[in-house]
Amino acid sequence: MKLEVLDREYMYPGHVACPGCGAAIAMRFLLKTLGEKVIMVLPACCWSVIAGPYPQSTLKIPVIHSAFETGGAVATGVRAALDIQGDTETMVVTWAGDGGTFDIGFQALSGAVERNENFIYVCYDNEAYMNTGVQRSSSTPYGAWTTTTPGREWKKMRKKNIVEALVAHRIPYAATANIAFPEDLVTKVKKARDTKGSRFLHIFATCPTGWRIPSEMSVRIARMAVQTNIFPLYEVEDGVRYTINYKPKEFPVKEYFHLQGRFQHLTDEDLDHIQDMVNEDWQLLLRKAGERTP
Amino acid sequence: MKRVLEGSQAVAEAVRLSRVAVISAYPITPQTHIVETLSDFCAQGKMNARFLRVESEHSALASLIGAATTGVRAFTATSGQGLALMHEVLHWTSGARLPIVMAEVNRALAPGWNIWIDQTDSLAQRDTGWIQFYCESGQEVLDTVIQSYRLGEEVNMPVMVVLDAFFLSHTYEPVDVPEQEEVDRFLPPFVPKFKADPAAPCAFGPLVPPAAYMEMRHSMAQAMEEALRCYPAMEEAFEGLFGRRYGMVEAVHCEGSDIVLVTTGTVTSTCRQVLEELRGKGEKVGLLKLRMFRPFPTDEIRRHLGGAKKVAVIDRNFSFGASGIFAQEIRAALCNEPGHPPVFGFVAGIGGRDVTADTLKGIYEHVKAKESPDRESVWVGLQEVRNEA
Repeated sequence: MKLEVLDREYMYPGHVACPGCGAAIAMRFLLKTLGEKVIMVLPACCWSVIAGPYPQSTLKIPVIHSAFETGGAVATGVRAALDIQGDTETMVVTWAGDGGTFDIGFQALSGAVERNENFIYVCYDNEAYMNTGVQRSSSTPYGAWTTTTPGREWKKMRKKNIVEALVAHRIPYAATANIAFPEDLVTKVKKARDTKGSRFLHIFATCPTGWRIPSEMSVRIARMAVQTNIFPLYEVEDGVRYTINYKPKEFPVKEYFHLQGRFQHLTDEDLDHIQDMVNEDWQLLLRKAGERTP
Repeated sequence: MKRVLEGSQAVAEAVRLSRVAVISAYPITPQTHIVETLSDFCAQGKMNARFLRVESEHSALASLIGAATTGVRAFTATSGQGLALMHEVLHWTSGARLPIVMAEVNRALAPGWNIWIDQTDSLAQRDTGWIQFYCESGQEVLDTVIQSYRLGEEVNMPVMVVLDAFFLSHTYEPVDVPEQEEVDRFLPPFVPKFKADPAAPCAFGPLVPPAAYMEMRHSMAQAMEEALRCYPAMEEAFEGLFGRRYGMVEAVHCEGSDIVLVTTGTVTSTCRQVLEELRGKGEKVGLLKLRMFRPFPTDEIRRHLGGAKKVAVIDRNFSFGASGIFAQEIRAALCNEPGHPPVFGFVAGIGGRDVTADTLKGIYEHVKAKESPDRESVWVGLQEVRNEA
């Protein structure tokens, strides 16, 4: 597949993301694809800092920073104000982390999607509260160490399936994407751009700092999440039509876990259990997509 | 044109006349008649506005932050628990310098569940950077909403128009509803000083380090002072067109009176009647109606209360561990004035209990009989409570 991404850039140099930050890569691709007719709503997340302190901004589009749980609500108001002023061209995009989406912002997001508000909601998922120093969220995967799930208290609950929760709202378009698959990511941003109503993009964004991995491993580990079926690439239209965009050779999950500091405490037994869970989720997704399961 | 309207309908008419473009609300008793009427206006095409039916009060105000930042006039209404839930976003609104107007129907806070009047909900928001007006009648509510847009937009601060649950929100009174052209003369179209626009991108509300945050807060403090300065000219313009003015405070026979009662909201109407009766009997009693609470009209308070021998403040609210909140603020306004009068604090009508003419007469007699207050707050009309083990 040929990668067709425009040369244009909407991020100035000088952002303050950590080296290897998946969220910075994800933002760059998103803006390149959407262009400049965008108003972005940015509830509290790593990007509240990454965008740079007053009076600077690394983004070349208007950004409305907002309270943690308000991503769905503020975007609703921006859209309404644009519409009533006759501007149907400018796109409204909420850009939120997993905490602001899965946890504290879930109510406002659910409300907005139930009303089918006409905007794109992007969740860049680094699987914990990274901006505050790696605390667990409902997006943190089973098995992970965080500063609030230390030692023996590592997270014993599964990651919330946010896409399925939104699919239950019959959202017009929901898709997963990953910074290691830019062609797929760009295609999905375009599809979201060209769909009306609420659209949700769930972008897997590695966090070297919080995952305890070297910066240069960021993209490789993101790719492995897809290759192992830990984070499958798929999309759902109108809450019913599932398409799996990438079918990997199903690598075992072990190496993905061995490479990351946040999983070092897990035993072979734990990893076998995780492998079973990943297999189970994948079979479930295949069935939803109407694909043959073994 | 004079019409017989509920206080809630008077709010809605004012919102329509102010040409609000985005309304966002979540239902809560006793605010519901406001948003139902506005929903009807939007559905019937009487307003060119978007009505956002959001999933919480928090989202109601958050969505208006989005709308107002994108350059339009915005409105919401709430009560009690709903206002408490909005607390975080109240701070955000003023910090973002958005002149959103809200109607706040005073409702008691739970537990236990109580939908009746109590001012603690709005007074607990006194430090959120909202201008606050406490209204007495349906006419005042209508006029104040329209005035609030003009004042708020002049100084870039949000405004809360507060009215009593049921006694005002659900009471029908004759209200003069002005013509659209008249209101347009008073309230020009909203021209935001800044807005989110892809043609001129900027970042709203980003990370602000200690080197700049303090100046931003100071500019909010200055905006509140500016609101005090702008108020008289605003009201003069309003009076010129509509023949009505209210003042930041209204002083009734304060000059030369020994005792001045201080009231807010609908209790003021009852107090006017009591005042007439007492003065008819030769009592030297005055009334100060406090209408603007934020910014606090300290100079006006000093001017009208400084000469009294005693001041009695009636609070339909309470700050636990301290006193009635209006009494606290009035004490603070007077304390640096040499020879200022003692301030008696009375807590009455909590959770919708009636404050009758007799209640107020009792308060007056109490103050008259005492040299100085023997405690910060006297709870009026308490019933005996038996605590059984």
